[in-house]
Amino acid sequence: MKNKFGIKEVVATGIGVALFIVLTEIQIPLVIVPNTALQPRMAVLAFLSAVFGPVVGGIVGFLGHALGDALFYGSVWWSWVFPEAVVGALIGLFVKKYAIKEGGFTGKNIALFNIVQVVANAIAWIIVAPVLDIVIYAEPANKVFAQGALAFLGNIVIIAILGTLLAVGYSKIFAKSGSLEKEDAE
Amino acid sequence: MKKMLSYNDKGTWIHSLCGVTKLVYFLLWTITAMICYDIRVLAVMVVVSILAFIVSKTSFDEVKGVFVFILVFLTINLLAIFLFAPEHGSELYGTKHVLLTLTNKYVVTKEQLFYEANVFIKYIVIVPAVFTFMTTTNPSEFAASLNRVGIGYKGGYSLALALRYIPDVQADFTKIRNSQAARGIEMSKKASIMDRIKHTAAIIFPLIFTSMDRIDVVSNAMELRCFGKHKKRTWYMGRPLKPLDITVMVLTVAAMCIALFITFSNGSRFYNPFI
Repeated sequence: MKNKFGIKEVVATGIGVALFIVLTEIQIPLVIVPNTALQPRMAVLAFLSAVFGPVVGGIVGFLGHALGDALFYGSVWWSWVFPEAVVGALIGLFVKKYAIKEGGFTGKNIALFNIVQVVANAIAWIIVAPVLDIVIYAEPANKVFAQGALAFLGNIVIIAILGTLLAVGYSKIFAKSGSLEKEDAE
Repeated sequence: MKKMLSYNDKGTWIHSLCGVTKLVYFLLWTITAMICYDIRVLAVMVVVSILAFIVSKTSFDEVKGVFVFILVFLTINLLAIFLFAPEHGSELYGTKHVLLTLTNKYVVTKEQLFYEANVFIKYIVIVPAVFTFMTTTNPSEFAASLNRVGIGYKGGYSLALALRYIPDVQADFTKIRNSQAARGIEMSKKASIMDRIKHTAAIIFPLIFTSMDRIDVVSNAMELRCFGKHKKRTWYMGRPLKPLDITVMVLTVAAMCIALFITFSNGSRFYNPFI
């Protein structure tokens, strides 16, 4: 079930994309560099990737970003769509280690989740996005690296706060419903 | 609530095209606009995409909000390019015609203006294409026709679910936000950044948890109906490719080839009027 694209994954992808798109609306602007903002939708992407794995994460990132931008902004900036898929897929790779569904998302797992998300965001926004911007759009290097660096910072902050809280909360609720049987047995 | 683009059946021949045909047009058009830095080709493409937009009878009012947003975004982007790299145009085109000297670092050159005009028009090419695609494609028919051209039906189904649930999730979101606002949780610009993150959490938590429930409910329902038992499935909204679809696709591919041929005919993707 873990590696296969089963029913749950189909539905999680669909509703995940819808969530990601709807949350495009919440942007907390960071004034300094234009066209970058704190994006709570990134926390949702990280959370869904950590619960459902790399395939769901990658597709939610890709489709969510492409469709969300098209629906809200009427244009698709492809060089920033691909890095989104990279973030989702990389965070999702360690899905078994986080043990969110098993209710074990504490201490070490939280640390792992945050290390992975920082690395994934670094690869996506400091390497992939600016390089694609330069190769595809021939934009000036210092501008795209500045934007990339700011997107990186914004995303790791929002995922570290909101993403972690979401995963902890969800993990606790799951663990609680799982422990019902134990209490009944005692 | 911010206005989103949405499907609106106006019954033109563009609406009657298969979703896949429009996807091909949309993808090839954006990719060509992405690669091409030849302002002559881009200008022709702008005209064609605006024509397609007009033929689709989409009224400008439907897209006005989104359009104004893009113009603001684009202006800021162009200014940022100038602030970060005022010499970028000269580097690309290899010459330097100074028009205006602001400071030692900031010199307005013809090359820079030409380069930024290119960036501007690249954006403008994409916009009508996205508008046309988004307002003329029926989501259900689109998911069905994706399957017809060989994309696995599970993929098609994910997309159909996404499009189907956007309004539902959005309704949930609005409800949650309003009830949190009624409790005094401020989401507007008045609050500080930390407060806004906290308040966002107050909205996202319930939204995610209802959505996780919804994922369970929907996947259980699909499991009960034996989704995924067979290798194939039929689609209520499915529609075969008609001769018109093939014609449009062939024309789009041909246009892309010609555009790329003209762009690269001088050996690079930049059209350089300065030498």
